[in-house]
Amino acid sequence: MRLERKHRDYWRRNLKLTALLLTTWFVVSFVVSFFARELAEITIIGFPLGFYMGAQGAPLIYLVIIGWYARYMNRLDRQYGVREGEADED
Amino acid sequence: MADYTTVPLRRYYAFYTAGFFIFILILAFLERHGLPPRWIGYSFLFLTIFLYATIGILARTASVSEYYVAGRRVPAVFNGMATGADWMSAASFMGLAGTLYLSGYQGLAYVMGWTGGYVLVALLLAPYLRRFGQYTIPDFLAARYGGNPARLVGVFATVLASFVYVVAQIYGVGLITSRFVGLQFEIGVFVGLAGILVCSFLGGMRAVTWTQVAQYAILIVAYLVPVTILSYQVTGIPVPQLTYGHVLQKVQVLEERIFDEPAEIEGRRIFRERADGYLERIQALPGSLDEERLRLFEQINDLKSNNAQMREVVAVERERRELPKSSEAARIYWDKLMREAAQRGADPEHHLTPFPSGGEEVSNTARLNFLSLVFCLMVGTAALPHVLMRYYTTPSVREARTSVFWSLLFILALYLTAPAYAAFAKYEIYSTLIGSSIAQLPVWVSAWGKIGLVSIEDVNGDGILQLVELALNPDVILLATPEIAGLPYVISGLVAAGALAAALSTADGLLLTIASALSHDVYYKVYRPDATTQWRLVVSKTLLLVVAVFAATVASQKPATILSMVAWAFSLAGAAFFPALILGVFWKRANAAGAVTGMVIGLLVTLYYMVRVQVDAIPWLGIQGIGMDPWWGIESTSAGVWGVAAGFLTIIVVSLCGQAPSKATQDFVESVRYPELEGS
Repeated sequence: MRLERKHRDYWRRNLKLTALLLTTWFVVSFVVSFFARELAEITIIGFPLGFYMGAQGAPLIYLVIIGWYARYMNRLDRQYGVREGEADED
Repeated sequence: MADYTTVPLRRYYAFYTAGFFIFILILAFLERHGLPPRWIGYSFLFLTIFLYATIGILARTASVSEYYVAGRRVPAVFNGMATGADWMSAASFMGLAGTLYLSGYQGLAYVMGWTGGYVLVALLLAPYLRRFGQYTIPDFLAARYGGNPARLVGVFATVLASFVYVVAQIYGVGLITSRFVGLQFEIGVFVGLAGILVCSFLGGMRAVTWTQVAQYAILIVAYLVPVTILSYQVTGIPVPQLTYGHVLQKVQVLEERIFDEPAEIEGRRIFRERADGYLERIQALPGSLDEERLRLFEQINDLKSNNAQMREVVAVERERRELPKSSEAARIYWDKLMREAAQRGADPEHHLTPFPSGGEEVSNTARLNFLSLVFCLMVGTAALPHVLMRYYTTPSVREARTSVFWSLLFILALYLTAPAYAAFAKYEIYSTLIGSSIAQLPVWVSAWGKIGLVSIEDVNGDGILQLVELALNPDVILLATPEIAGLPYVISGLVAAGALAAALSTADGLLLTIASALSHDVYYKVYRPDATTQWRLVVSKTLLLVVAVFAATVASQKPATILSMVAWAFSLAGAAFFPALILGVFWKRANAAGAVTGMVIGLLVTLYYMVRVQVDAIPWLGIQGIGMDPWWGIESTSAGVWGVAAGFLTIIVVSLCGQAPSKATQDFVESVRYPELEGS
């Protein structure tokens, strides 16, 4: 496979987005849980914040992360004219 | 089924779901007019299995690509639903709510871990595996790491992690059928086996995919209905996910009152004394075993000579029968009883408190365990072959990305509701059950008590139920919620059908994964590369049958240990696959030697840690005294923390010591990373 600048460009933008989203994932999962005791002081719709993040906040943010990634990358694919899978889509 | 375009499919499944609702309404009507519960159980069992069988037979196929990857024509939304059903097992369906009930905040590790893993799947694995576009995970390892050694290690890890898991699912089917339909456990296991085989045998991945979509619809309806009604009864708003925060605050108030009652404190003291008693006996072994046997013998004679009630005599006789024969077995037996008693005697924890007290250090260890369990469950999710395989079935890389989004959305419908179950059940139990007279408990307590899921022991003899006197099996929270809410039996039947769907769909996916690994990777790729297409399918179907029967046979033995080993599957899969897959895509320098040693060492470190932390002796191998203190207090279920770290480290070190991979391999990595662009 012959690599062009366009290829490297595409890959770099993919890596950048992946790193950004993984950092968010890490903070939401591990940093927030680490401070769950401290966050218990704050209340949100009846929940202490630490509990809420584990039960609903973090899972919903995961969904946003995945949705964002799919949208951004699928748009990038179109922008860079990726041929793959074109035939099966309308 | 031949037409895969989304619109007719949506129509099929919409009709199907509506039909299912009408079926429930008819049964509810019949129940009102005197249909006995047993017949409701039968109706649900046979109608749902019949439905799955119909789909399975309609989707039969003789094409390899249809059989292994459903022809790669599954639209993103439906693949998401199938992944949801594939993913949510009997344990998620029945056990999660109960785990959250029993351990409060600590249980949220499962909610976060089992959902957060999909971020790793979406960002690091699914699109690249789809672009690679073969059939199995060992396929990818072989292509990236030059050949059969990597493939075979992959097959070994696939079979190891998936087999334990599939046995647990079939075991779950046995439990459900015996609880709700009254079939004997062993017969239930084989009914379940039939249910699994009708889906996967004729149509492989294609049939499994479309039955999983049907099973998702049933399991999610069954999960949401009871708790939604309960939420409406308690708060007036039928959205349990939003209302349970306020319910938890009420639980907090109840807890503060109940925990400090003198009768509770007294009850906990009695359990602690019992634990001390067991400890003394363990220390006085082997003499104490004879003493105990003699004591029980005398007690029986006493009871008999005093004309005591038959029930009491039987109870003590059973105690004597259950007494172990050897002093080694007695040590393990009493140790277990001591732990149970000590746990019940310990100060209870508040549901909402993260990493409960007992001092700064204990709390910090609890936090470390919480975080490492979250990590292991996430990495395990992103490495279990039966989940990853589903992303081979979408038509394109783009659909694979979107499909992960749908998967998580459908999974969240259950996972965001599980904590609400725990909250509502706790509120009902604390506010109405605790403090009432033991002679007048509601019917569900004794009904589930008969099969050992609820046990009550009036330790202080006051005839009033204290919290400390109530012991619950985690499964009962979900199973008993319809009865706690006072709903008709048809809802209980619905819950059973949902649990059955969860167990069957996961078992289908796992069996197919094992059969594919053995038939595609071992038989076709390694042993007989010249096999014809037809012959490959014959081998695959035969292996599916053999593995399924073998798994059902193991499950019918009721292996107690296998259930605790399911948690291990995540750590094992994570340690074996995660480093090799991730580095395979993101680090060109990783070479074959590094990957193979890394996978093996990751597996070995995980197994070593699990075994040495969990067990002290393996009697049938004649091994004793191998127990060790956990490193930094990390429990055996999170052994994957060490395994994954060791895996990454080994691959990096060994790869750097060896040569860079060949040009062909580097080209392969590029073909996975970069799509074909226009004009290149």
